[in-house]
Amino acid sequence: MELPLDYMTLRVIWWGLVGVLLIGFAIMDGFDMGVAALLPFVAKNDSERRTVINTVGATWEGNQVWFILGGGAIFAAWPFVYAVSFSGFYLAMFLVLTALILRPVGFKYRSKRPGKAWRRNWDWALFAGGFIPALVFGVAIGNVLQGAPFSFDSDLRATYHDMFLGGLLGLFSPFTVLCGLTSVAMLVLQGSTWLGLKLEKGIVRERALRFGLFAALGVILLFAAGYVFIRFSGLGFTVVGSVNSGAPSNPIHTEVVPAAGAWLNNFAKYPWMWAAPVLGFVGPLIAIAGQRLRSDWLAFSGSSLAIVGIIGTVGCSMFPIILPSTVDAHSSLLVWNASSSHLTLFIMLLVTLVFLPIVLFYTAWVYKVLFGRIKTEDLRTNPDLY
Amino acid sequence: MYHFLFVPLTLGLSFMLVIMESVYVLTRKEIWRTITRFWGLLFGINFVLGVATGLTMEFEFGMNWSYYSHYVGDIFGAPLAIEGLMAFFLEATFVGLMFFGWEKLSRPAHLMVTFMVALGTNLSALWILVANGWMQHPAGAEFNPATMRMEVTNFMEVLFNPVAQAKFVHTVSAGYVLAAVFVMGVSAIYLWNNKWTSVAKRSMAVAAAFGLVSSLSVVVLGDESGYALTDNQRMKLAALESMWHTEKAPAGISVFGIPNVKEQRTDFDVKIPYVLGLIATRSVDQPVIGILDLTDKAEARIRSGIIAYDGVEKLKSNPEDLAARALFEAHKSDLGYALLLKKYVADPRMATNQMIVQASLDTIPNVPVMFWSFRVMAGLGFAFILLFATAFLMVTFEKHNNRLFLLACIIAIPFPWIAIEAGWVLAEIGRQPWAVDGVLPTFLGASSLTKGQIWSTIVGFTLVYGIMAVIEINLMIHAIKKGPYQAKFGRMHDDPDVSPTDDPAMPVVGPAE
Repeated sequence: MELPLDYMTLRVIWWGLVGVLLIGFAIMDGFDMGVAALLPFVAKNDSERRTVINTVGATWEGNQVWFILGGGAIFAAWPFVYAVSFSGFYLAMFLVLTALILRPVGFKYRSKRPGKAWRRNWDWALFAGGFIPALVFGVAIGNVLQGAPFSFDSDLRATYHDMFLGGLLGLFSPFTVLCGLTSVAMLVLQGSTWLGLKLEKGIVRERALRFGLFAALGVILLFAAGYVFIRFSGLGFTVVGSVNSGAPSNPIHTEVVPAAGAWLNNFAKYPWMWAAPVLGFVGPLIAIAGQRLRSDWLAFSGSSLAIVGIIGTVGCSMFPIILPSTVDAHSSLLVWNASSSHLTLFIMLLVTLVFLPIVLFYTAWVYKVLFGRIKTEDLRTNPDLY
Repeated sequence: MYHFLFVPLTLGLSFMLVIMESVYVLTRKEIWRTITRFWGLLFGINFVLGVATGLTMEFEFGMNWSYYSHYVGDIFGAPLAIEGLMAFFLEATFVGLMFFGWEKLSRPAHLMVTFMVALGTNLSALWILVANGWMQHPAGAEFNPATMRMEVTNFMEVLFNPVAQAKFVHTVSAGYVLAAVFVMGVSAIYLWNNKWTSVAKRSMAVAAAFGLVSSLSVVVLGDESGYALTDNQRMKLAALESMWHTEKAPAGISVFGIPNVKEQRTDFDVKIPYVLGLIATRSVDQPVIGILDLTDKAEARIRSGIIAYDGVEKLKSNPEDLAARALFEAHKSDLGYALLLKKYVADPRMATNQMIVQASLDTIPNVPVMFWSFRVMAGLGFAFILLFATAFLMVTFEKHNNRLFLLACIIAIPFPWIAIEAGWVLAEIGRQPWAVDGVLPTFLGASSLTKGQIWSTIVGFTLVYGIMAVIEINLMIHAIKKGPYQAKFGRMHDDPDVSPTDDPAMPVVGPAE
C-alpha cells in the first residue's frame, strides 16, 4: 500500500510528537508533582495541607494520563526504545511506579479518615509521589545522554552489561545527579507557580512563592552547569557514515561512536535550535518577573516555557540519536532504526491528529469549569473537597 | 491479574451511576442524587486503585517482557497508545469533575460528565482487549526478517479481530454483572438491617434489572465464538473440556469428569450429547478436534517452522538470498512453532526428533486447571442469571424484604470476583505456552534480567498492592457502614429516610432501563 507520507518524514514527525508528549507530561503532571513535593514544606497544618491538595485534587488524574500516554506512544512509535530502556532502567522504573502508585491513593484516601497519623503518613506518601519521580526522570535523562551499556544479538534481543543491570546505584553519577536536580528544580518551580495561581493570598502562598524563587534560580544555575559539563567533559555520541533514513528498523546496520562535545554539534549545524536552550534560561527569568509583577499567569507561563526549553534542548542536541550504547557501536538506537513500521507510524499519526485536539479541548473545558482560587473556607462549605 | 480485581467493578459501576443519575435528572428527586453520590463514593475508592495498578500495566511490558515488546511492539503498542489517547484521558479528565463538579455544573452537564467517565472506562476495555485478542489470534501481521519482528500488514484485521470483539462483549458484561451483584449485595445488607431502605430498595431495583441483562449477555455472547479460529483456540477448547481424542460430530459437552493427565484420558466422564458441537462449530456435522490430534498437528508445524527459521538465518547473513527468501515465505506462518524448540536447544535446526515431540506436547496447556476453572466460571455465570431473575421478580412484586433472598444476595457478593478470575485464568493459562498464539512462546518474551531484580519487583509490588488492597477494603467497609447519608451529603439536602414505603409513586425500575 502506498502511504501519502514517506518513512523518513514520518519518523521525524514521531520524534517531534514524542517530544511534544513528554513536554505535555512535564507541564501538566509537572505541577502536580511539584505541588506534592512542596506539600510538607509550604503547608504546616491540616487545613493548609487540604487547601494545597485541593489545588490539584480534581485534575491530577487527567494529568497523570500524559505519563501513561508517553509510555504508550514510545511503545507504539519506538518499540526498541520501549523494550530496551524500561527493562534496562528496571529498578528505577520500579521506584517511579511505586511512588506514582502512592500518589492517586494518597489523594483519595487521605481525606477518608480524620486520624492525625493517618493523614501525616499520606502527606509523606504524596511527597514521595512527587519528589521521587521528578528526581528519577531527570537521572534517567542524564543516563540517556551518557549512554547505556546494552547490546543486541542477531535476533535483536537486548542484553545489558555492567552497572546498568547492577541496578539502581549504577544510574547515579555526578552528571546524572545534576540532571536529576535540574528536573526537581524545574518541577518545583512549576508546582509553586501553580500554587501562585490557585491559592488566595496568605501564608501558604507566600511560602510557595519563596520556594518558587529559589527553584527558578536553581533551574538557571543547574541548566548552565549542565551545559558546562557537556562542553568540557567529553560526553557525546555521533553517527558514523551515512544512514539510510528510510531503511527497515534494525540497529545493526548503523554505527554510533562516542565523540567529545558531539552533543553540541547540532546547534552549529542548525542555528535555529539555539531557541531551545535560550528558552531554558529565559523561561525561569519570566517566571521570576511574573512573581515580581504579581502576574500569576506570567509566572506559570514562564515556568512552562522553561520546561519546553529544557526538554527541547535535550531532544535537539541528541537528534537523531535516541539512546546511545556505550558498549556496542552497532546497537545504538536512532530515529532511523528504532521506529515502528511505516504503516504503524502512519496510522498512529492519524489517530493522534484526530484525538489529541479532542483531548486538549475537553481538558481545557474542565479547567474552565474548575477555574478560580481554592479558598480555605471552601474546605468547610464544600463537602466534595478532599 | 491484580489490576483485574478492580477494573470490572469500575466498568459496571460507572454505567450504573449513569443510569441512577439519569433517573435523577429526569425525575429531579433528591433521593436519586443521594443514591448516585453514595455509589459514586464507592466507585471513587475503587477507581484510584484501578488507575494505580493500570499505571504499572502500561510499562510492565517494557520492564519484564522486553523481547516480547520488541517482537510484537509494532502491533501491540498501537492499541495501548490509542487506549491512552482515546479512553484514559476521557475517564481521568472527567472523573475529577464528576466528584467535584456537583455544585459547578448544571444537572444535564454533570450527567454528561458521568457518562464520559463510563464511556472512557469501557473504551479502555475495548482497546486492551483488542491488544489481548491479538495475542490470542494474531491477525493482520507477519514476520519481517529485516527487522526480526512482527509487523502490521492490515490494521483493520487487528482492530476487527473476531476474538477481540467476542472478548470485549464478554469481559465488559462480566464487569457489569460484578458491579450489579456488588450493588445488590450492599443494598441487601441495608435492607437486612432495615437501614436506609429507600436508597437500598431503589439501588437494588437498578442492580437487578442491569444485572439480569448483563448476566444473560455474558453467557449468550460468551467467549465461544472464537474457538474454531486457530489451533491454539481449538487446543484451549479441547483442554477445558479435557477432551483428549477428537469427538465425532456432534460432540457432547462434559458436565463432570476428572482429567487424568498422566494417562491422557478423563475419568468418570459424564457428557451431554450435541451441546459442545453446537457451541464450538455452530453445526451438528463438524467434529471438535481433540488434544492429541492437535499435538500431532503442532509437530508437523514445528518441522515446517524449522525450515522457516533456516530461511531467516540465511537472510540475516545475506538479505539477497532468493532461495532462502522463497523458503521463508513458504513456511513463515509456522516460524513461531520452531521457536518452541529454543527451550531445549539454542538453534532449532539442531533439534533432535525427541525434542520436537517434546515441544509439540508443550502446546498442551494445563488441562485440570482449564477444566475446573471453566466449570467454576460457567457454573457461576448460570447462578447469577438465576439470582438476578429472582431479584427482578422480587423487586417487581415488592417482595424484596424476604430474608432468604437478602441472604442470598449478601452471600453472592464475592462470587463474581471468583468467576472473573477463573475466566482470566482460562484465557491466559489456555494461551500457554504462547505469549502470542503460534508466534512467540512465552519463555522467549521475557527480558534479560537477573533473578534478584525480578524478585525484588515481585515482592515489592505484591507488598505495595497488598497494603493498598487492605486499605481499600477497609475504606469500602467503612463507607458502607456509614451509609448514604454521611455527614458529607446529609447537609446538602433534607431528605430524611422515613420509611421503606415512602414515595410510592416512584417507579421501581428507572426509566433509563
